[in-house]
Amino acid sequence: MTILIDLGQTPLPDPSGVDEDRPRAIDPALPRVDRIFYAGARAVGVLVLLIMGAIGVFLGVQSIPTFKRYGLSFFTQNQWLPERDILGISAVLLGTFTVAVVALAIAFPLALSVALYISEYAVPRIKGLLVSMIDLMAAIPSIVWGLWGFFLLQPRAINLAHWLNVNLGFLPFFHVDTDPNAPVWAQSRYAASAFIAGIAVSMMVLPMAAAVMRQVFSQAPLGEREAALALGSTKWGMIRTVVLPFGRGGIIGGTMLSMGRALGETIAVVLIISPSFDIKFRPLEVGTSTVSALIAGRFGEATSAQLSALLTAGFVLFIITLIVNTLAATIVSRSRSGAVTD
Amino acid sequence: MSVLLSPATGRVTDFSGGVLSAQGVSAWFGSNKVLERVSLDMPAKTVTALIGPSGCGKSTFLRVLNRMHELVPSARLNGEVLLDGEDIYATGHRITATRKRIGMVFQKPNPFPAMSIADNVVSGLKLAGVKNWRSDRDWIIETSLTRAGLWKEVKDRLKEPGSALSGGQQQRLCIARSLAVEPEVLLMDEPCSALDPTSTRRVEETISEIREQVTVVIVTHNMQQAARVSQQCAFFLAEQGTPGGIVEVGDTEQIFQSPVDQRTADYVNGRFG
Ligand SMILES: Nc1ncnc2c1ncn2[C@@H]1O[C@H](COP(=O)(O)OP(=O)(O)OP(=O)(O)O)[C@@H](O)[C@H]1O
Ligand SMILES: [Mg+2]
Repeated sequence: MTILIDLGQTPLPDPSGVDEDRPRAIDPALPRVDRIFYAGARAVGVLVLLIMGAIGVFLGVQSIPTFKRYGLSFFTQNQWLPERDILGISAVLLGTFTVAVVALAIAFPLALSVALYISEYAVPRIKGLLVSMIDLMAAIPSIVWGLWGFFLLQPRAINLAHWLNVNLGFLPFFHVDTDPNAPVWAQSRYAASAFIAGIAVSMMVLPMAAAVMRQVFSQAPLGEREAALALGSTKWGMIRTVVLPFGRGGIIGGTMLSMGRALGETIAVVLIISPSFDIKFRPLEVGTSTVSALIAGRFGEATSAQLSALLTAGFVLFIITLIVNTLAATIVSRSRSGAVTD
Repeated sequence: MSVLLSPATGRVTDFSGGVLSAQGVSAWFGSNKVLERVSLDMPAKTVTALIGPSGCGKSTFLRVLNRMHELVPSARLNGEVLLDGEDIYATGHRITATRKRIGMVFQKPNPFPAMSIADNVVSGLKLAGVKNWRSDRDWIIETSLTRAGLWKEVKDRLKEPGSALSGGQQQRLCIARSLAVEPEVLLMDEPCSALDPTSTRRVEETISEIREQVTVVIVTHNMQQAARVSQQCAFFLAEQGTPGGIVEVGDTEQIFQSPVDQRTADYVNGRFG
């Protein structure tokens, strides 16, 4: 039901115009507590919007000199050599996406299985334990994930990277520019890569993706679940026909939210990668760079012109993340499951 | 027993209702006992109506009959449910096979909203892992919808989503979906309580038509409905603080005309409950 609230600008319908049939003004007559709460909540909402807008405007204004100076080449140039006045973000953008794609490729199946296990299979005690473990995982600071990635993960992951190169190296994205079958294989060629950084980032985005998915799965209507089971379905059949279709919006949305987070992840990436500005899509190979890692690495010694260039890179990332997150939110809210959540 | 012959493939389908028998069924939710030693025979070619006041355990009993009861984590039960003489709870009886043989229609229509009407009808065949039905797909859809009294209304819109139908049509779609897997028994829990009088009539007609082929057990709060569709009637009651049980069971006519127990008489005449 819609109630049209007239705020006083439009004149009330003429009482004499008997024939006129248009929506009449209704005084919502909110009690005082409601009015106070309403105003307060609205103020906070507006504030959030203002802060977001202010960040965008600030970054945008700071970017103007850079866009003027470098023009389109800012997007096509891959090197970042302020001393020679050559600046561009094509390589770091590619690196950013490479890390995010690796992170999602790992986090997505894990999050999906964990969420399905928690919402469909786990007995209540294990369910509670797992949920709190995953929440805890989300609370681990990213610097810790960075250290974990560097000291614990990397020595092991390079073996996996080597194995992938040996066995699947014919696929371009598993290729590493070195002789994989050399008697002593070049370990350093497999270290500090987008692959290893991506694994660390995947651990960071997994909790959020799993939480969103678990939430929507648990809202799959009981009636439809029981309908499937009563027809003689297996549990897995029920999940496939009821839970997954219902949760599709949440699966996509949760993944894209994680993508937004993965695109911006900084400190863990900085710790693991060794900077490189080549245009390549070889995640297993040493060296990559991301926008946020670039900013973090160059910010300290930057002159004001370079600072503007770094902020421009940040602006581009901001816009991309904004688009990804907006898309994610739209998908979630358009879907059946999202309509329930909102 | 009636036989249907698929024109496309010559597929023969025997429909013959199963004999269902509950023996000493008790049920608990946690430590709360809601049914005590309920025994009831539900013969083939017969519609059995379960009546009784709210909360006396009719739905619980019905869900025990096709192993839906155990979906509730705290649910426990005792006793046996025999389908054609075999205990469906015996070890080695696959739960999915049992549920395929004993279908269920719920109070609230629950078609799969993302599927088309046609896909809804055959969804059970897919879910239950029935083999070699695809060549008969159109025929199964038509016969199932016809048996559920829905064919004429939807035959030109089979590709529309199931959720596009009215509530009464959705419920008949759910009945068609249940019938498509050729169950021997169909359990119905207040299938008309969300429907208008016309749709209710249609569902009742459907029940009368399928009873030769499927044993029907129906829970209803509507005395006239129980009188109209059933041949056998069981009156459930849970007296204050005690688990529910059957007070009286007999031919529907007898239960309504000359009940033996005073409490049955009071209930069917609307004096309590
Ligand atoms: N999921 C459940 N968990 C705990 N207790 C339950 C559950 N479902 C039912 N009960 C209890 O079991 C008893 C019997 O419930 P049941 O749903 O079988 O009654 P009913 O006869 O179908 O009632 P109605 O006519 O209102 O549908 C009630 O006391 C109810 O509170
Ligand atoms: Mg009930």
